[in-house]
Amino acid sequence: MSHLTHFEVFLLFTILKIVVVLVITLTAVAYTVLLERKVLGRLQNRWGPSRVGPFGLLQPLVDGLKLFLKEDMMPLAVERPLFILAPIIALSCALISIAVVPFGAPTMVDGVDIFEIANVNIGLLVILGVTSIGVYGIALSGWSSNNKYSLFGSLRATAQVISYELALGLSLVGVVLRAGSLDLRTIVNSQAAHGALSWNIFGGFQFVAFFIYLMAAYAETNRSPFDLSEAESELVAGYHTEYSSMKFAMFFMAEYANMITVACVATLLFFGGASSPFGHIFDHFATGLVLSGIISVLWFVAKVFAFLLLYIWVRGTLPRFRYDQLMSFGWKFLLPVAMLNILATALALSYHS
Amino acid sequence: MQIALFIIFGLLAVAGALNLLFQRHPINSALSLVVVMMSLAVLYWSLGAEFLAAAQVIVYAGAIMVLFVFVVMLLNAGEEDRTHGSKIAYIAGIPGAAATFCLLSFVFLSERKQLGSTEIGGYLTNAVSNITEISHTLFTSLLLPFEVTSILILVAILGAVVLARKEL
Repeated sequence: MSHLTHFEVFLLFTILKIVVVLVITLTAVAYTVLLERKVLGRLQNRWGPSRVGPFGLLQPLVDGLKLFLKEDMMPLAVERPLFILAPIIALSCALISIAVVPFGAPTMVDGVDIFEIANVNIGLLVILGVTSIGVYGIALSGWSSNNKYSLFGSLRATAQVISYELALGLSLVGVVLRAGSLDLRTIVNSQAAHGALSWNIFGGFQFVAFFIYLMAAYAETNRSPFDLSEAESELVAGYHTEYSSMKFAMFFMAEYANMITVACVATLLFFGGASSPFGHIFDHFATGLVLSGIISVLWFVAKVFAFLLLYIWVRGTLPRFRYDQLMSFGWKFLLPVAMLNILATALALSYHS
Repeated sequence: MQIALFIIFGLLAVAGALNLLFQRHPINSALSLVVVMMSLAVLYWSLGAEFLAAAQVIVYAGAIMVLFVFVVMLLNAGEEDRTHGSKIAYIAGIPGAAATFCLLSFVFLSERKQLGSTEIGGYLTNAVSNITEISHTLFTSLLLPFEVTSILILVAILGAVVLARKEL
């Protein structure tokens, strides 16, 4: 590629990375749905989808086809532009934040890092910012539907997301203090020294922060046990009651894409990102650039997969919170504990330095 | 590249601001304000102030405007109607806004040398960490204003709690 300028190489690589990451994320979203249905099925002592393809593996394709072919209903009383805009906001915000996630060891090809779309030195803040914009998708969908159940669902969801955003952001401060940076690569590198022992959750003594993050993340993605916004028994289907066909599918995909993003962030911040849990002990087995790159991506994917399984396990196990319990849990328990964690981490760091 | 970004998002900010005025429905106006804030964030970023850009998005677009939209949704505010007062506002407001715009652009253009200039995208090299710089300034030379502001905000929070409580 010697006849291309540096900028052209960068542009081509970036477009290629965006396309590949989008395709992989959307496929992962589709198969997370299948995984959830299968695992939930087994948790409830039944089979889950098993008819389409071997072990039901082609189920996501058929589901996608069904959603595409369904009639796109648009109720007459909706606020048309916002009704169409809301799922677009939800899905695009869910997909944008994956762009700053580094999902492999830094591997340079022609001066471009191939395992990260954009290396931003405030990567963590970008993810938080994009997530906070995603609230508009939920808020607008409920309001523009002109339906009381949708409005209730979206009010609940919006209030919940704004409340838990605080605890979520504060739980990450301890990690940021330890790494001294908001750059996701730097945060990962700060935990890569001794394998699992130096991960923030073990060696960094950030397990309190991790549990706060975990609970806030479940609330942030409107997942069970915090899925009051779509409580079927009281609100039909919450904020997407009036949506059908692909518009509904966009909300559905946004929820699962958000799950994947949250799992990625937890992996990066608390579980050492793409670094191996064995540290550098087995480094001499994979010396080549390609092999070590692939192995680091595999570690990352394995950790994210473990988080997705945990998500599904929690959904299959815990009952739903009541709304006042949810709010008092977020404001009166998670938030003070997160602040205490920041204080303790800051004191410990200043004592050691 | 940076010039293109600047032009696109500058125009978007202006268009959003105008749309905010022309829309009749409060939700549409609030959403236009979100567009303005996000374009401003991009402009900050293109000037190298990435922390400010992120704070703008998280605080203004992600928190304050969500509360605005929330309140509009809860109050179920309808479209605004044209009253006698709004006619007066039109007659006085449009020339006033034009005069302010002319005055400001005159001042900025004539005092260009004193105000200094910056290069768009000149600080995008990641050489200086914004956050380190900002925190250093905040906790050394600007410590007193910083602490006074935080006490002011604390007082405001307490005031809000007192006002929101049902019985005192």
